[in-house]
Amino acid sequence: MTTETKTVEEAPPVAPRSRLATLLGRQPLGIVFAAPYAVFLAAIFAYPLGLAVWISFHDYFFAAPGAQVERPFVGLENYTTVLSDPAVLRSFVNVAKFLVINVPLTVVLSLVLATLLNSAVRARGFLRVSYYIPYVTASVALVAVWLFLFGMTGLVNQLLGPLAPDPSWLVNGGLAMPVIALFVTWKQLGFFILLYLAALQNVPKELYEASSVDGASRFGSFMNVTVPGVRPATVLVVILATITGANLFTEPYLLTNGGGPDGASTSPVFVMYQKGIEQGTPDVAAAIGVILVIAVLIISFVNKRLLESD
Amino acid sequence: MRSIVMAATTTVLALTLAACGDSGGSSDATTAKGPIKIWLSNNPEEIAWGEAMVEEWNAANPDEKVTAQEIPAGTTSEEVIGAAITAGNAPCLVFNTAPAAVPQFEKQGGLVPLDTFDGGANYVESRTGAAAEQYKSPDGQYYQIPWKSNPVMIFYNKDIMEKAGIDPENPPLATYDEFLDTSREVVDSGAAKAAIWPAPTSEFFQSWFDFYPLYAAETGGTQMVEDEAATFDSEAGQQVADFWATMYSEGLAPKEAAPGDAFADGDSAMAVVGPWAVAVYGDSVNWGVAPVPTSTGTAPEEIYTFSDAKNVAVYSACESQGTAWELLKFATSEEQDGKLLEMTGQMPLREDLESTYPDYFKENPDYLIFADQGSRTVEVPNVTNSIAIWQAFRDAYSSAVIFGKTSTDEALSSAADEATDLAGQS
Repeated sequence: MTTETKTVEEAPPVAPRSRLATLLGRQPLGIVFAAPYAVFLAAIFAYPLGLAVWISFHDYFFAAPGAQVERPFVGLENYTTVLSDPAVLRSFVNVAKFLVINVPLTVVLSLVLATLLNSAVRARGFLRVSYYIPYVTASVALVAVWLFLFGMTGLVNQLLGPLAPDPSWLVNGGLAMPVIALFVTWKQLGFFILLYLAALQNVPKELYEASSVDGASRFGSFMNVTVPGVRPATVLVVILATITGANLFTEPYLLTNGGGPDGASTSPVFVMYQKGIEQGTPDVAAAIGVILVIAVLIISFVNKRLLESD
Repeated sequence: MRSIVMAATTTVLALTLAACGDSGGSSDATTAKGPIKIWLSNNPEEIAWGEAMVEEWNAANPDEKVTAQEIPAGTTSEEVIGAAITAGNAPCLVFNTAPAAVPQFEKQGGLVPLDTFDGGANYVESRTGAAAEQYKSPDGQYYQIPWKSNPVMIFYNKDIMEKAGIDPENPPLATYDEFLDTSREVVDSGAAKAAIWPAPTSEFFQSWFDFYPLYAAETGGTQMVEDEAATFDSEAGQQVADFWATMYSEGLAPKEAAPGDAFADGDSAMAVVGPWAVAVYGDSVNWGVAPVPTSTGTAPEEIYTFSDAKNVAVYSACESQGTAWELLKFATSEEQDGKLLEMTGQMPLREDLESTYPDYFKENPDYLIFADQGSRTVEVPNVTNSIAIWQAFRDAYSSAVIFGKTSTDEALSSAADEATDLAGQS
């Protein structure tokens, strides 16, 4: 007679997870919900970006379907063309000037105005809407208003009289880009005020009370409580303003009639339009685009690190 | 079994290659008949003409129905057409094909050479005469039919001239010196803000309405690029550039774009226009017309100018190219050209225009001077990178002539080098 006794305690058996289950995770339904946006991102952003990079390394032009064309790999030739073209280099300098004016102005004005609009002021709702209207209005319509204001015989010059700049604002090489930066700041302000207004709701009231008890002035309170309190929003505002500004196109196209005067307000995206669409060299335009994307990524990364560090 | 697979593969490959090679003007495609689509310019007078022409065609050819529509909205017609070529949905014919864009459309594989149609080249040449040569592509074929021109001349406001103390019936505008003196009198007297107000903006095509007409006149009909080399870095180019530089530096022509139509608003005494201006300004401005000036005051009957032509091309996406070609001949026939002239005031690009339509010019003498000028026009050069060349020129011109940042001779020299380089590229 034999007896069998279990001498070792075995771990309870675990059902082996299939590869599919591992891939789908514990909540497979989540993938279904996330899929539409993932597909949207892949189709609208990732694929065109990848294609643009591919185009920038080839001798590429748009051709009719079925047309037999050669698109040989040309290495860095398009990049060499771009980096040795004074018009392209100038457009990058121009947009750098634009960003230097536009981004700090946007941050300061939107934070200050959001703080004011967050406090109990009369006609607060009206003011909030007023600041937001330019953001939702078509640039083409707003440009017409600014042409009326800053044109040679515009309202601003009439008010300034003999103090009006000569050449006038929009045909003055030194003033055209600052006017555009001012225009874009004004137009986008409503959106950034909205971001700051949301951020201000998260600043604890107790901090203001504590600073008041400590004898801080309103300005001191603003600098020591509000500014640090909305820092995450500031990072977002700076990055968004940088990205939007780097994509500047409509204003040099309409306000200064094609990047004038004498190329003083051309932007990289405007040059991309000229090269890629008008002149039929999308390969060169793609190279400008890739350089612009890299530059914006670097600037945004540096801004983020600087703003997030104490 | 293996041989069946091989045969099937070969067949599929052959069909694929045949399909790939079917763009452009294969003999089957150029004779195919059927319904087609065409695009018209969005100018109301041209739409009216186009719709009437299509109605007439459809009544006579019910099996080859033509559907016409305006060119879809876009920044420029050329961008829309270029996008349609790439997408493969270009119409069969576009009655607004800019000659400057033809080399690009051709490179895209978007156009059918008219020479591939039976008697194609002969039709183009017999209708337009020697001027057709300007529209021939570097490969020796016609990818466009020269359709109509708007020869550029100087319109002047007689009331402003009179206010400035200048003879309104015969203002001195023949030489550069006369033009400058007249301009100074207009501005100094306060009769108008500007003597003339060409768009001082940076778009590639703006030089067609300031530098190029005067350059054509000064050189007796030389194109900006000939034999793949820029021609404007010359004494004639220098004289024209200096003339305009003086207009800008003395404030006779403003450096900022006009907020509206400066000529119609009375802000400018003169304008650079084509015959379309007769209908546009009509009775609202007391106008007169003069040829563009030259340095020496060339006789009007010898003056050349820019044609500002718009042409028609057959696009390779068209499946019924045979019908497209027949419609093209119908739309550019003597009868339809006469109707175009009557309805739009634009000059069909055909030889002996005045003698072909004597009744029209007798009834509309205002157009006679444009018809005469139409026989001496210069087109934009039909060369590779045409638009890039014009943009390079415009950038240099803006810098030196309009804004005075560089000297005109330096600007012309550098633009000429760039233009020659671009024209020589494949």
